[in-house]
Amino acid sequence: MKLTGAEIFIECLKREGVKTLFALPGGVVLKIFDMLHQQKDIDVILTRHEQGAGHMAEGYAKATGKAGVCLVTSGPGMTNVITALADAYMDSVPLVCFSGQVPTSLIGNDAFQEADNVGLSRPCTKYNFLVKDVNELASTIKEAFYIATTGRPGPVLVDIPKDVSMDKAEFTYPNSVSIRGYNPTYEGNKWQIKQAAEAIMKAKKPVLYVGGGVVFSGASQELIELAELTQIPVDMTLMGLGAFPGEHPLSMGMMGMHGTYQANMAVHYADLVVAIGARFDDRVTGKVSEFCPYAKIVHIDIDPTSIRKNIHVDIPIVGDCKAVLRELIQILKATVNGEQKELRKAWWDQIREWERAHPLTYQQEKDGPIKPQHVIKRLYELTKDRDPIVSTDVGQHQMWAAQYFKLAKPNRWLTSGGLGTMGFGFPAAMGAQAAFPGRLVLCVAGDGSVQMNMQEMATAVVSKLPVKIIVLNNRFHGMVRQWQDLFYEGRYASSYLDTTPDFVKLAEAYGARGLRASKVGDLDGILKEAIAANGPVIVDVPTHPYENVYPMIPAGGCNHEMILEDPPELKQKQTGAGKVVPEDKDTILTA
Amino acid sequence: MEHIISVTVENKFGVLSRIAGLFSGRGFNIESLSVAPTLDPSMSQMTIVTSGDERIVEQIVKQLNKLIDVIKVVDLNESDFVSRETALIKVHTRQEDRAEALRIADIFRANVIDSTPSTYTIEVTGDPRKIEAIINLLQPLGIKELTRTGRVAVAREPLRSAAAQPKKVARE
Repeated sequence: MKLTGAEIFIECLKREGVKTLFALPGGVVLKIFDMLHQQKDIDVILTRHEQGAGHMAEGYAKATGKAGVCLVTSGPGMTNVITALADAYMDSVPLVCFSGQVPTSLIGNDAFQEADNVGLSRPCTKYNFLVKDVNELASTIKEAFYIATTGRPGPVLVDIPKDVSMDKAEFTYPNSVSIRGYNPTYEGNKWQIKQAAEAIMKAKKPVLYVGGGVVFSGASQELIELAELTQIPVDMTLMGLGAFPGEHPLSMGMMGMHGTYQANMAVHYADLVVAIGARFDDRVTGKVSEFCPYAKIVHIDIDPTSIRKNIHVDIPIVGDCKAVLRELIQILKATVNGEQKELRKAWWDQIREWERAHPLTYQQEKDGPIKPQHVIKRLYELTKDRDPIVSTDVGQHQMWAAQYFKLAKPNRWLTSGGLGTMGFGFPAAMGAQAAFPGRLVLCVAGDGSVQMNMQEMATAVVSKLPVKIIVLNNRFHGMVRQWQDLFYEGRYASSYLDTTPDFVKLAEAYGARGLRASKVGDLDGILKEAIAANGPVIVDVPTHPYENVYPMIPAGGCNHEMILEDPPELKQKQTGAGKVVPEDKDTILTA
Repeated sequence: MEHIISVTVENKFGVLSRIAGLFSGRGFNIESLSVAPTLDPSMSQMTIVTSGDERIVEQIVKQLNKLIDVIKVVDLNESDFVSRETALIKVHTRQEDRAEALRIADIFRANVIDSTPSTYTIEVTGDPRKIEAIINLLQPLGIKELTRTGRVAVAREPLRSAAAQPKKVARE
């Protein structure tokens, strides 16, 4: 029996096990939406903006490890989803995005709502397709899911012209895919792994530098086994958080620009750095020529281009983290003995000393403005037993969440690392919530970034996605303000937001709940109330406007040269005694 | 340093723009690029002349390999290779220069493939230095138009030992 392209689309999605589709309709995809409307297997979540659909699919993918799927229309639908594609590409998120296209006969004619979708998305997708013939639709969708989810995962776009969705073809779904130019390497080179094992045995000051690849590879158990077996400290990148339990005694916390003192000092003075599923990003390395200057580097990554892209690697291992770590553990199990502990005693003494010298810290005065770190700390302590999923936007609140929310397991941390997309957090949280309706999903946001996808509150209410948003409201684009204070003599060019909406009323306007914690004493109660609520909630927490994120490695600085606290001229602002801006409008500290 | 990279790709639409996009997006140089189908019409062969230090060329090779439509990448500089380029040169010839133009063409074993009372179109094939040399000699006569194919290259077959085989750049 022949099926229309739209029916084939749905059959393919079902066979790929897609349960949730984040979508927004338009003229050229109406046939597909019409068919979606007449079936029950795939839940369609109607978003209010295509960017929201893209980030929801990302959140879904990060929380489940499976491909997230979204569907948008041609032209503006496509251009709106580009940010999410670029975000997914940078952070290796498996995503399949379907876009509508004008009928094949009109392609290239500057038709209404036409855009060159394949051309637009080429630099921000792992691969993309334009389906010109309905007979190729099924095999193309199969390939799209295969490419998105294998090797180093990434976003794949499938562009479907209107006539292709209406034409008919015999439906057969291929069982397997073979692409001659695409054969990811999963097993690492055995000889290289042996070299790595020997280096680990010999090292006196080793560090594991763990990135998001461990999360996508599902290699957390192997990582824990390796670290415990060899007693090596674990530094995590922003993307790697959750890959190793945050409260584990071997965890150094996050490394990089706003990483912990011990994590950055350890990697700087290490004699062996084992990078696992990480890519030596500039936010981690700082000045790359002086990154871990004393160390031999082992780099395990599934993407050969990651290796030696930014830094010289002594022992490169191309392969899947899980497979390589298993092999490595097997070799080490046979050779590790008590000697390593003795060999590394001085190293651990040094690390503990670093930990004691400069722990993460903040001062919360009893009656003073709420410190943002305190909010995250309380949120963590109040929710950790419920194993929540935590998403963030981008900025100061993201860094505080990364520092203070010590995740125990992988796939709980949804954040935009590579592209640094403000507005990512809320829709990503909704995507995760759609995958796990019963779980507690928190979104830590800033008052600046949360407004970038606020429209999705309508989606959260209608689609019953009870995400809890905690807005750290400092009335600034806080990270911009921090840089201006540190590097631009405190000139707040376009970083003060002047007016922010009343988030409580805003939530209510959408039919959600709004809560506000204005005093330190109210915080726990309000957070508990939010967590217990059935539907989506915005918790507005006015926080100290001049709190800065430390430690901080200035861009291009060395990892062991961290700024650990406010320089004297900024301390005044902390206490509220200094100049506040702009004076006539300032209600920040008194509000 | 200049590198010649031989790339076998899927012969389908959009592949050239993926390759060109990779080079422009990552700031790699392309000095020339030539492309045509292979014996197997489902594949095309590209010869890309690029330049960069060892680290950059390693990245170029790896990034090319990463493209899904790329089937095989060989950095020809890793072994011995031969390369050729063809140029079509339309020379303006006054009456008194016509014999000179033919003499120059003769020296370079070039062919005159079109002729009018005031022009010759000369076809010349060789390595880039040869092309440069004939252009230099023809320039005083007046070159009206010049078009070059960019280089194509192929690895030399080893004479004796297998050790001289061009090293295939495998996917690591």
